[in-house]
Amino acid sequence: MSSPELDVRYVANLARIDLSDAEIAQFQSQLCRVLEYVEQLNQVDVSQVEPTAHANDITNVFRIDEPKPGLEKVAALQNAPRQANGLVMVTKVVE
Amino acid sequence: MEIFDLSVTDLQARLRAKELSPLDALDALESRIASVDPKVGAYLSRDLEAARAEAAQADVSLPLGGVPIGIKDVINVLGQPCTAGSKMLEPFRSPYNATVIAKLRAAGAVPFGRLNMDEFAMGSSTENSAYHPTRNPWDLSRIPGGSSGGSAAAVAAREAFATLGSDTGGSIRQPAALCGCIGLKPTYGRVSRYGLIAFASSLDQIGPFARTTRDCGMLLNAISGRDPMDSTSLDQPVDDYTRLLGRDLKGIRLGIPKEYFVDGMDPQVKAAVEAAIKQCESLGAELVEISLPHTEYAVGVYYIIATAECSANLARFDGVRYGHRADAPKDLLDHYKRTREEGFGSEVKRRIILGTYVLSSGYYDAYYLRAQKVRTLIRQDFAAAYEKCDALVCPTSPDLAFKLGERTDDPLKMYLADIFTIAANLAGICGVSVPCGFGIAKGGDGEKDGVRLPIGLQFLGKPFDEARLLRIAGAYEQSTDWHKAAPAL
Repeated sequence: MSSPELDVRYVANLARIDLSDAEIAQFQSQLCRVLEYVEQLNQVDVSQVEPTAHANDITNVFRIDEPKPGLEKVAALQNAPRQANGLVMVTKVVE
Repeated sequence: MEIFDLSVTDLQARLRAKELSPLDALDALESRIASVDPKVGAYLSRDLEAARAEAAQADVSLPLGGVPIGIKDVINVLGQPCTAGSKMLEPFRSPYNATVIAKLRAAGAVPFGRLNMDEFAMGSSTENSAYHPTRNPWDLSRIPGGSSGGSAAAVAAREAFATLGSDTGGSIRQPAALCGCIGLKPTYGRVSRYGLIAFASSLDQIGPFARTTRDCGMLLNAISGRDPMDSTSLDQPVDDYTRLLGRDLKGIRLGIPKEYFVDGMDPQVKAAVEAAIKQCESLGAELVEISLPHTEYAVGVYYIIATAECSANLARFDGVRYGHRADAPKDLLDHYKRTREEGFGSEVKRRIILGTYVLSSGYYDAYYLRAQKVRTLIRQDFAAAYEKCDALVCPTSPDLAFKLGERTDDPLKMYLADIFTIAANLAGICGVSVPCGFGIAKGGDGEKDGVRLPIGLQFLGKPFDEARLLRIAGAYEQSTDWHKAAPAL
């Protein structure tokens, strides 16, 4: 845990968010303070501890694999910012 | 007493006696909202015509028959907006109903109004709403808490009889405390989250706000239960959560976690909570000192786990299937990056960046995995405590409601507002905040003296022990008049 390694510009690219230079500078200092705060977790001996992913102890919730009615196409498309011919339009992926 | 002052229980009695109709109840709320919401700002939108059509058909013999319920703007109601307080979802209309909405309707309730919140439920003051802030009904220069600030302020300001909110790190209990109403976070897995826009999936839970513990119990009765659409909802029998109300506290062992009475909390909060604990003792409770030794790590664990989960959950906002889309992107990468830059507010971006970082290659073990392990220790603290007591009692928030703008430049200070509520989400237990007194705001900058601000008392119960949790909270509540106080608006 070495907080100064946080490079906001690099991580923002991983997260697919454009940030202004001002935001990058602001987040850099604010998040470094948050990371310094969480450094305190290093004080805890966790060598013999299992991680908790969920608060309740359930795994493998199965159901019978059978088709059921879902969202109608019109409803599924109603919020798409761009659509045509009953399909969602996406920005060109292949050059 | 005005119609809008009625509790859900009293409203229901009037509806069943035909002294009032569901339309009267709805119209009384609408006129109250029109009169005070320009000051409070609890609502983002409401569809009176749709609600009136439902109310006209309501069967008042059902458990919540004809009772209007306000909904946090993060829970989907078919055909209604669901912005999550974000510009990203400004044009969105819900194509389906959340399970809690279907359940409320099955119980006869009428969902009415969309309540303001911090964007994507990220915040402790409702100042992160992309639309407008909500103001504390007790002092309009102060925040109502958050993230469910609209849900709490509406109940306190008599703009709703009861509401639903969501609680990821205290987002029901903390605003309930700061606004002076009751807010209940059920056990993780008690209430289906299908149709709740996800923030941190291992922590989120939907729960009620109301002006009495009985009303909270009635709402919990309606919304609880396993749902095949949410695989994290558990197949535990649904209790009658009002069943144990009216009993005193004889035979109840209340644990006092010493780590929750720290230096730096407002002395008025400390005094009110200590007086409330004495009151519980006089009602028959046995007090037990408890230690939750990993308490100091809860905020750190939370801001790793919650941001990690939010960075994954909010990856779905890609400007393709729903929500905002940037104009004329030059390629796919530009499409994603500008869509998300334009659609998300500052705090959401900050948390996505932090969450992406703690999950990124080379840091996962140091941050995320370590936080999950400390989370195990926090859960074990509570399990050990509950061997010695039936519930814990402590403050809900270390401070009174603070001024708008006071903490917006200091995220870490804002995060510490949740210091007493976060551990319950990490441990997956249930918790409730009830009013336990008032503090006097320390004016400064020309403010008039003597503004009273509510203080909340928090009870934390064992998993799936909501009936007993509400019995305890209700016994305290009914022995005081704090919950009856209403802000002057």
